[in-house]
Amino acid sequence: MSQKLVERLQREFGADILATATNHGDESVTVAPERLRDVLAHLRGKEGCEQLSDVVGVDFPGRDRRFQVVYLLRSWAKNHRLQVKVDVAEDEAVPTVSDLYRSADWAEREVWDLFGVPFSGHPDLRRILCHHEFEGHALRKDYPIEQGQECSRPEKLFTDADVARAAQRATAVVSDPGGVVDEVHPSDLLTVNIGPSHPATHGALRAELLLDGETILEARTEIGYIHRCFEKEAEDHTWAQVMPYTDRLNYCSAMLNNSIYAMAVEKLLGVEATPRAQAIRVIVSELSRIIDHLVCVCANLVDIGALTNYWYLYNVRESIYESLEKLCGSRLTTNYARIGGMSHDLYDGFAAEIGHKLDQLLEGHSDVMKLVARNRIFLDRTVGVGVIGRADALNWGYTGPCLRATGLAYDLRRHAPYSGYEQYEFDVPTGEQGDTHDRIMVRMAEIIQSRSIVLQALDKLPDGPLNIDDHRVVLPPKRTVYDTIEGVMNQFKLVYEGIRVPRGEAYGFGEGANGELGYWCISDGSGRPYRMKVRPPCFPVFSSYAQLVQGGMIPDAIATLGSLNIIAGELDR
Amino acid sequence: MAVDLENPSNYLTTRLRQAVNWGRKYSLWPLPFGVACCAIEFMSTVSSYNDISRFGAELVRFSPRQSDLMIIAGTISYKQAPILKTIYAQMAEPKWVIAMGVCASSGGFYNNYSTLQGADRVIPVDMYVAGCPPTPENLLYSLTLIQEKVEKEGLVPARVRHPGFSEALA
Ligand code: SF4
Repeated sequence: MSQKLVERLQREFGADILATATNHGDESVTVAPERLRDVLAHLRGKEGCEQLSDVVGVDFPGRDRRFQVVYLLRSWAKNHRLQVKVDVAEDEAVPTVSDLYRSADWAEREVWDLFGVPFSGHPDLRRILCHHEFEGHALRKDYPIEQGQECSRPEKLFTDADVARAAQRATAVVSDPGGVVDEVHPSDLLTVNIGPSHPATHGALRAELLLDGETILEARTEIGYIHRCFEKEAEDHTWAQVMPYTDRLNYCSAMLNNSIYAMAVEKLLGVEATPRAQAIRVIVSELSRIIDHLVCVCANLVDIGALTNYWYLYNVRESIYESLEKLCGSRLTTNYARIGGMSHDLYDGFAAEIGHKLDQLLEGHSDVMKLVARNRIFLDRTVGVGVIGRADALNWGYTGPCLRATGLAYDLRRHAPYSGYEQYEFDVPTGEQGDTHDRIMVRMAEIIQSRSIVLQALDKLPDGPLNIDDHRVVLPPKRTVYDTIEGVMNQFKLVYEGIRVPRGEAYGFGEGANGELGYWCISDGSGRPYRMKVRPPCFPVFSSYAQLVQGGMIPDAIATLGSLNIIAGELDR
Repeated sequence: MAVDLENPSNYLTTRLRQAVNWGRKYSLWPLPFGVACCAIEFMSTVSSYNDISRFGAELVRFSPRQSDLMIIAGTISYKQAPILKTIYAQMAEPKWVIAMGVCASSGGFYNNYSTLQGADRVIPVDMYVAGCPPTPENLLYSLTLIQEKVEKEGLVPARVRHPGFSEALA
């Protein structure tokens, strides 16, 4: 599919397509920066690539054109993907595509912040993850990982000039010119700061709202408060050592991060996990998805005043956590998957125990549905609140439940199946109008689907080996390490040098709890990633938040935020 | 405390400081400075299974003015540090701080350009809880240790207990 797309592009743009490549099944084309906008506009208009999933920067200090910027494009309708690359020298600008794809707005800011690649024509090219007093660009290869920089004060999101402009705009739309109030003065407006330490943000996010009375005239958001440098840390560790860091991306569903990371590296290695490992990944991933959705929904309901539901849902989650702790020794930060398999097998009695807990889940689920489904207050607070349409959602880069709430039944487990998802029967629940209500209900429905997937997977859990049989990837069994010299050598090499992943690049992705979770990995053949970029599902979703709440009221903004499920760990990485 | 055995139901004698500290110990109002994964475990600690109200600390307050125990649950970045400092300064004396998890205690396994290497670089910390994240039991244990401290030290304000932090406590 994509192959033909590349051919069509070559026919259309001729020599302007400087190079094409296929990496582990992913097509890419390289274009000159001058032609980037034309190519992307063409792909968007003529080839149905409605979504720009991510923009990735890479630094190759040895090259003439030091930086590479990669655009990951995706078409839901045609189910194809393409990567467009441009190479630029230091200080050379890349034209912005933020007017073509709204998701490019923040993504380009991130590349600017971390690599210092300027984007000409970008409406608001500021830092995004590092603080405003930071100097230098942290993901450049010559920036030392441990060089911290202190920040003296938070950035102001609205300047006086911004407030004055907003007042002018508000005056222009006063409904009663010549009436009692026919002018909005800057001092009539109020800025309210929410976060970055606020109960309703569920994490370290910040939003500043400019209010006229109770109406939000304008909103601005700021992130980066728990930027923990996942990507730089990854370059500093071996491939296997990165696994625990993935736990802490979306810390509500660590198993999903683990499994998809392992898959991405396996793709780069050209190996596939054994059927048993795949099935176990499906089981723990779906349990994680259940937990993630439970936490999202219960916290969202608390925010709109429905506290009881919290206890109903949280208790179930707690009891599933018990089993996960038994399984991998930790409740939250599981570190359970391994490149080439899993750290160890399920324990005896796991299936029965989980089966029982999933029955409890049904109970909690139905208790909550009884409380909210036809509850007038709940409906008033959520229906028609924070609406985003399908086309906009795609444009902003939405994936996962928030996209499905707009009515689009797109799920990577169905449309690009991995880990054997094609063997399981499940529905892809959708909403209708993409409001807060639909987002909550899609998650509630997905909980039931995930439950069914877990039960099916437990039922047909294949026997056979857990890990692939490749001593360059998987640690040897302890017996061999103690008894044979090869065993000791393999263990030693894997631990000290890391897995020697062959040179190359690959984008591995899967359906995270919040949407498309992807890892863009580049290996230079040493034991460590050369570059590791995470495509976090929340990042594009939160970039649309300011637009979503404008014109509404603060309580609506809070309800909307909860339903988007922004997890700061994954947002800021 | 002493009870008058002759007339047990009417009064007991104690020192004011003891009575106040006893009350204070069982009515700590925590302010969760929840920023990362540890905050999720804080949520578990509060929820019904672990039930922090058994220790009298269930009145979680997000306003620093209304709380006397800050629980730093998560990684503090350089970007977050000035905010942590402000919020701590807004809490009224006497006040205590728990650094929950290795990130808040020392930066944990994030030794990098963005992560503050321990909350105690900017504000005084009374208790460090090991774990990544600490289990709810572990956090509850640290709460009981803070209670002991409160009972012993009582009204001694943080600026006296931590003389090195005059700037943060000004
Ligand atoms: S200590 Fe561990 S669990 Fe807690 S915030 Fe840090 S990384 Fe997350």
